[in-house]
Amino acid sequence: MKDLRNILLFVLVVASIPLWSDSGVLLNFVMTALYACLLAQAWNVLGGFGGQFSFGHALFFGTGAYVQAIAQMQWGLNAWLALPLGMAFAAAVGAFVGALSFRYGLKGSYFALVTLAFAEVFRIVATSVPFTGAGVGLMLPLRESAANMQFGTRAGFVWLMLGLVTLALGITAWLRHSRFGACLQAVRDNEDAARAVGVDPFRVKLAATVISAALMGAAGAFYVQVFQYIDPGIAYGPHTSVEALVGAIVGGMGTLWGPVLGALGLHILADLTRNLFGQLPGINMVIYGSVLVLIVMFLPRGIAGLGVFTPGQWLRSEKKGERS
Amino acid sequence: MFDVSILFPSVLNGITTGAVYALIALGLTLIYGVLHIINFAHGASLMVALYGVYLLKERWGIDPYAALLVVVPAMFVMGYALQRGIINRASHGKDENILLVTLGLSIVLENLALLLFKSDTRTIDTAYTLSTVEIGPAFIALPKLVAFAGALITAAVLLLIVQKTDLGRAIRAVAKEKQGARLMGIDVDHVYAMCFGLGLACLGAAACFLMPAYYVNPQVGNGFVLVAFTIVVLGGMGSFAGAFLGGLLIGVVESLGGLLLGESLGQVGIFLIFILVLLLRPQGLFGAKA
Repeated sequence: MKDLRNILLFVLVVASIPLWSDSGVLLNFVMTALYACLLAQAWNVLGGFGGQFSFGHALFFGTGAYVQAIAQMQWGLNAWLALPLGMAFAAAVGAFVGALSFRYGLKGSYFALVTLAFAEVFRIVATSVPFTGAGVGLMLPLRESAANMQFGTRAGFVWLMLGLVTLALGITAWLRHSRFGACLQAVRDNEDAARAVGVDPFRVKLAATVISAALMGAAGAFYVQVFQYIDPGIAYGPHTSVEALVGAIVGGMGTLWGPVLGALGLHILADLTRNLFGQLPGINMVIYGSVLVLIVMFLPRGIAGLGVFTPGQWLRSEKKGERS
Repeated sequence: MFDVSILFPSVLNGITTGAVYALIALGLTLIYGVLHIINFAHGASLMVALYGVYLLKERWGIDPYAALLVVVPAMFVMGYALQRGIINRASHGKDENILLVTLGLSIVLENLALLLFKSDTRTIDTAYTLSTVEIGPAFIALPKLVAFAGALITAAVLLLIVQKTDLGRAIRAVAKEKQGARLMGIDVDHVYAMCFGLGLACLGAAACFLMPAYYVNPQVGNGFVLVAFTIVVLGGMGSFAGAFLGGLLIGVVESLGGLLLGESLGQVGIFLIFILVLLLRPQGLFGAKA
């Protein structure tokens, strides 16, 4: 209940921002920060709660993005119908990759490498087949209206993104309190022990992959609606995979607010460096990489692990750390 | 439409490319296969070594093959320092952390290169860059032939180090039983760092052999990371002979894939092999059943 109250509070505060400010800079910041939150939360479902580290989450992002673009441009679907379709396709890809990997018992670094390999395969295929626009990419025609999910102002996108983030937060809260979430965390902490008490690790991990992939697909679809362009490098390149996992890890894996904090923190950091150094190529990623290394070195539980925000959780994970 | 005269040069070309892949994979198989350190920064480290070779040639006119004397020790030192100073400290004894730290390192290295050198693709010019050697009906670029020989020698040297020296014995001991090795008075952290240094030294050698016929840009390592992991898994973890053969095989697959499917789709073959091997035969083609 406390989680639901906090989520509601978060939603109300963020939703009100476009009502009292029409600063384009601020709204753009809120929108991109929410987008980063969604990526981190999507990764957190599988990586944080499931303990399966994917290095290729762009696989689901790109699939959602391409379906969103192709459904509108080639199948003539409305953008609002394309969004769930994109999520469904991403989930299907997730089910496929998850089923293959977990059926053959891949975990740890192997799982990370296989997801990365799949993302690369999709990237190369997307550069080679005609219906993705090959290397040129797809340009979504501009038809500005809320019915086409192309809002005239940033406020519309902020509310849409907030809706998706709320969905992700709701799912995360559900993972924290439901039977399924408990099973998932049990599998993460000790798969053999979980199996011994009657949890089916394959099904649990597969379900987590599907949920995570669907959220990632939603992020991809949103990307296409905002930037109206997608190409294989953006869709399946490593950048999105990295952004998703760094956000979740920096914030704190397996927590409700960690990925939000992590994504927001990194986002502010990236903005600050852009103001300090100007548009130097690569400086953002240097900072992402350094923060990742420093966090793993000094704060393996992420920002949320500091205990400032969720003291109870911190204590629990502290005890767990001693046992293992 | 298909005659052997196209196939043969393609296979030969694949084998020489594969030798360079093998060189890169040899370093990884030492790090990943023997010590189970998942070095995600392997490709980025290769990129650093390639820039080293490039700078030595452009600034001081040092021949890439002469640069072996500088680049190999320099990469060894970098590897030792990275493992001892950063990776080991950040691992907290968990594999996942190593994976994340090396991923972070690769991002930092790659984008520092982007900051310093921009994203331009650079090449070097040597007297022998365009020389070819005739083998049967095919022509092979001389630098690729040298790389082939270099890969063979490096594999042999690595095998000697691991089999015959005290360091090699220590590496094998640590790989088998870390606690036991520590009790026998082996400095485990030192052995890990030496191992990592050796792995990166291999990359230094690979960079020197690769540069005359190849190019460097900040992203160049990306293409090699998955290829190198593919070879290591294909050849069986920690097997030098396996990595060598696996490298050749992957080179041929890529070359034939490029011939049959076109340049861009050719690489798909490598990743599909990787996925299939991981799923169906994780002990590798040449490895014993675990």
